[in-house]
Amino acid sequence: MKKTKLPRTVEEFMAYAWAMEVEASDRYAELADLMGTHHNREVADLFAKLARIEGKHRDQIAAQMGWTKAPDAAVFRWETPEGPETTDYGDLHYLMQPWHALKLAEHNERRAVEFFERFAAARVPADVRAAALEMAGEEREHVRLIGEWLAKVPPPEPGWDEDMDPPAVAD
Amino acid sequence: MQSARSVSVVLAGSGGAGVMTAGNMLLEAAAHAGYYALMTRSSGPQIRGGEAAAMLRIACEPIECMEDEFQVLAAVDWENVQRFNAEIPLGDSSLIVGDPDQGNPPDVFLKSGAARASLPLKKIAKSVPEGRANMVLLGALAALLGLPDDAVARAVERTLGKRPAALAPSLAAVAAGRAAAAGIAVRFPLSPPPATRAPRWLLTGNEAAGYGAIKGGVRFVAAYPITPATELLEWMAPALAQVGGTLVQAEDELASVNMAIGGSYGGVPSLTATSGPGLSLMVEALGLAVAAEIPIVVVDVMRVGPSTGIPTKSEQGDLNIAVHGLHGDAPHLVLAPNSVADCLGTTQWAVQLAEALQTPAIVLSDQFLGQARSVVDRPEDFPGGCSRVTAGAGTPGYKRYAVTESGVSPMAIPGSAGLAYTADGLEHAERGTPSSQASDHFAQLDKRRRKLTAHDYGARWADVEGEPAADCAIVTFGSCTGPVREGLALAAPDGVKARLISLRLLAPLPALQLLAALEGVQRVLVIEQNQSAQLYKYLRAECDLPGRATSLHRPGALQFSPGEIRRHLLEWSRA
Amino acid sequence: MNEVACNAAPAPAMRGPNDYKSDVKPVWCPGCGDFGVVNALAKAMAKMALEPKDVAVVSGIGCSSRIPAYMASYGFHGVHGRALAAGTGLKVARPDLTVIVTGGDGDGYSIGGNHFLHACRRNVDMTYIVMDNRVYGMTKGQPSPTTEPDWDSKLSPDGTGLREFQPLVIALTSGANFIARGFTGDPNGLAEIIEQAVRHPGFSFVEVLSPCVTFRPEQKEWKKIVKADALKPTADMTRAARRLLRDTGFELGVLYAGERPPYAPRGPRALRTPSELEARFAL
Ligand SMILES: Cc1ncc(C[n+]2csc(CCOP(=O)(O)OP(=O)(O)O)c2C)c(N)n1
Ligand code: SF4
Repeated sequence: MKKTKLPRTVEEFMAYAWAMEVEASDRYAELADLMGTHHNREVADLFAKLARIEGKHRDQIAAQMGWTKAPDAAVFRWETPEGPETTDYGDLHYLMQPWHALKLAEHNERRAVEFFERFAAARVPADVRAAALEMAGEEREHVRLIGEWLAKVPPPEPGWDEDMDPPAVAD
Repeated sequence: MQSARSVSVVLAGSGGAGVMTAGNMLLEAAAHAGYYALMTRSSGPQIRGGEAAAMLRIACEPIECMEDEFQVLAAVDWENVQRFNAEIPLGDSSLIVGDPDQGNPPDVFLKSGAARASLPLKKIAKSVPEGRANMVLLGALAALLGLPDDAVARAVERTLGKRPAALAPSLAAVAAGRAAAAGIAVRFPLSPPPATRAPRWLLTGNEAAGYGAIKGGVRFVAAYPITPATELLEWMAPALAQVGGTLVQAEDELASVNMAIGGSYGGVPSLTATSGPGLSLMVEALGLAVAAEIPIVVVDVMRVGPSTGIPTKSEQGDLNIAVHGLHGDAPHLVLAPNSVADCLGTTQWAVQLAEALQTPAIVLSDQFLGQARSVVDRPEDFPGGCSRVTAGAGTPGYKRYAVTESGVSPMAIPGSAGLAYTADGLEHAERGTPSSQASDHFAQLDKRRRKLTAHDYGARWADVEGEPAADCAIVTFGSCTGPVREGLALAAPDGVKARLISLRLLAPLPALQLLAALEGVQRVLVIEQNQSAQLYKYLRAECDLPGRATSLHRPGALQFSPGEIRRHLLEWSRA
Repeated sequence: MNEVACNAAPAPAMRGPNDYKSDVKPVWCPGCGDFGVVNALAKAMAKMALEPKDVAVVSGIGCSSRIPAYMASYGFHGVHGRALAAGTGLKVARPDLTVIVTGGDGDGYSIGGNHFLHACRRNVDMTYIVMDNRVYGMTKGQPSPTTEPDWDSKLSPDGTGLREFQPLVIALTSGANFIARGFTGDPNGLAEIIEQAVRHPGFSFVEVLSPCVTFRPEQKEWKKIVKADALKPTADMTRAARRLLRDTGFELGVLYAGERPPYAPRGPRALRTPSELEARFAL
């Protein structure tokens, strides 16, 4: 995996952060849709909520930077295949429960913390380091919030993914 | 000696002797002299060097089939020529011409009581520098039929145009043959050709179909070779390039038909041609073209089946698969040309109908029509152009499979902005999105049928001829039409009178028009060339034929002859 | 690489990846790898600023073959195994379109295997993306040509005992002009590969490891096994072939980017009107 180019300015750094939020919120929205298609209403709603939260972060960044038009969400590489806050398509299950979804979200937020911390620790200008530390702090707060949320959600019973019916066939 | 309005001749011999070339030249000479003519050919299974026969009929009137008897059988040698016995009926007034140095003609031919004449073809050829026996034979036959020198010379010149060095020896050999024939007493002079002459064409049904396709608007062809459809594809390859179209050779028929569907989905009228084995492979994709409403034309040049069957012989055995072969309820078009020249008009019409109705059209030609070389009056011009209904870019709320009154929905062509859709063989809703709702299935099935049944096909659904007031009618299709028409004329002096209906549109069956054409008829005879009376059963299933309906059917390999039809009609009229 | 979102160059079209997706909801199982292909395809199209109206996504039948409907471009969902044929016809008849053929391993390597060979040979300028999950997903889990010989299933108890089909080897020996392997777990990397494939002239083949969570849940482990950027493009067939001898099936990247000219109709192409062809028949 190629290394992400280190940001030289706060503007560049925030563009990374912005792109990360875009990818994360787009993915949550997509997952919400597809869980909806599979009639897992609870998880669909949860993903939709997460999409809204990440969307808010995205817009906050844009507002903070005074971007009038959305920066182009160009393809670029993180140290992981996708953005650090992006849920892997492969981690889904049609019978998954809110607990699983929150676990995924927690995992994403942790990766985001790590990502920003790594920037802060790298050879970047002081203002970028400060911005990275600030973002890492915010993401740590998200980890905490999701942790609280998780505590209120019952963990899945064993056998949660059992389906007595065989898969359906189409074409 | 009395002249005849029609004379039939066979040129036979081993491969390498050039009897096909000589036959072609004789055909062309007849054309230059103002006659109509038809040539079919037969050959042994060997790829090279096998026995071969060119069978010609030359006549003062347009002809669409061979006669019951050949007047002349002429051979350069007799190696295994007896295998063509069934195809070369002779009578006691026929003449067998052979080279005495090549042994005796086979007994099967001599049994006919035909007269014999000897011409030392090879010796005569040797006497001419670079002379060839087939050219000697050509000269002799031209003399026996009374074809003028200049017509023969023109034919030889046109054929050898690219090899001028061969021209002089060939003409000399022809002259030598003509001189040698002076010693033959039996002659078969043709009556003078018609005095007035419309422009004539010389072509095969396969070529005519290829040209018809181009006139209809076809600009993309996917091809996989198969006898007897290959020549159609080979004719189209350079012709298409000349009009800005493209031909791709596919890896098999599964590919060729799907390529054609792909091309047509892209907005380019598309075609493929094949024969029974290939059509069998194409059936699944034809269903896709029905469901996704993508026009394509498949020309099926029928040969004897089932399986590999007899690739070089004709049969009308693919009617069932063409009409009923698709799974599900899959209305589509099936058309059949009924003469060599009609291969042009019918294929053109098939393209136009397929385009207008956004559905596949199968053209049921056959080996006889496809491969017979024929001198015909220049075929009638039908208005050209395609009429695919397309959607204008940016049509608001566009629905590819909108349920319309006519059943035809405007088609979006890739490249048009704002209309992107997915063409789908899955049943779909009007937008094209997959649907398993019974209501969508009903609506789409219904529109796909409606667009075919509600279309006004005009007068070309059939050729209706014969005695309009007769209380008997014959219904036939395809290459049976020629012998049936001629057989009916032969039976007329015996008091047989009938209407003749040659169906050009087989599916959807124009039942109302057919019943109107049969109004007041007491007896219907359905004539076709297959073992199982496929047309007869189809007609009886689709409409209530008036009076007593019977069938005359037999499998292929041999075409019906006019005399055979006449005999049947006499029995039928008495029964 | 590393274009940052706010870079100055104005995008020729203002379309983002989401503008290349349709509003049709995928029927795929949550967790299916094929979602990553939609994502990557959309990203690649956005990156190239393709006009959706000038792109056609063509497929056969299978879970993976449902993809055309999920894109905002023109789509063609044909019959099982014949997508390459339909795509070939479309591209040859309409060279102005960008044609992307898609499908599964069953569709492309089994029922459509012959077309795969000949599409490689023919080298028509189009891209073929195979979502390989080593199983027939749509028909509930039968072995495909790429399935491991000992994979137990209802239809082939104890496995087929057959050696796996080698798509990259076949593509290379059959003449494909661009050969790559991607992974749905890395949609960004896959998008880059697809972009290169579409831009490369001739027939471009992208084998995509796309897990089937329903019938091959063990494929979830693929994300730990794949080796990103392990294949480096070469135009040298011998080098590419040697590379394949060491291939485990999990190396990602571009294996081969050849220089063979794409298919083009041959022969003289004088422009005449149809009626001028009549001279061939006139006596
Ligand atoms: C002619 C034909 N035979 C069989 C089928 C049934 N069928 C549908 S999809 C499929 C296999 C799909 O496997 P693959 O191409 O690997 O796609 P996946 O579903 O795994 O994405 C089969 C056999 C069919 N639709 N048509
Ligand atoms: S069955 Fe497998 S291939 Fe099909 S949608 Fe589900 S996970 Fe994907």
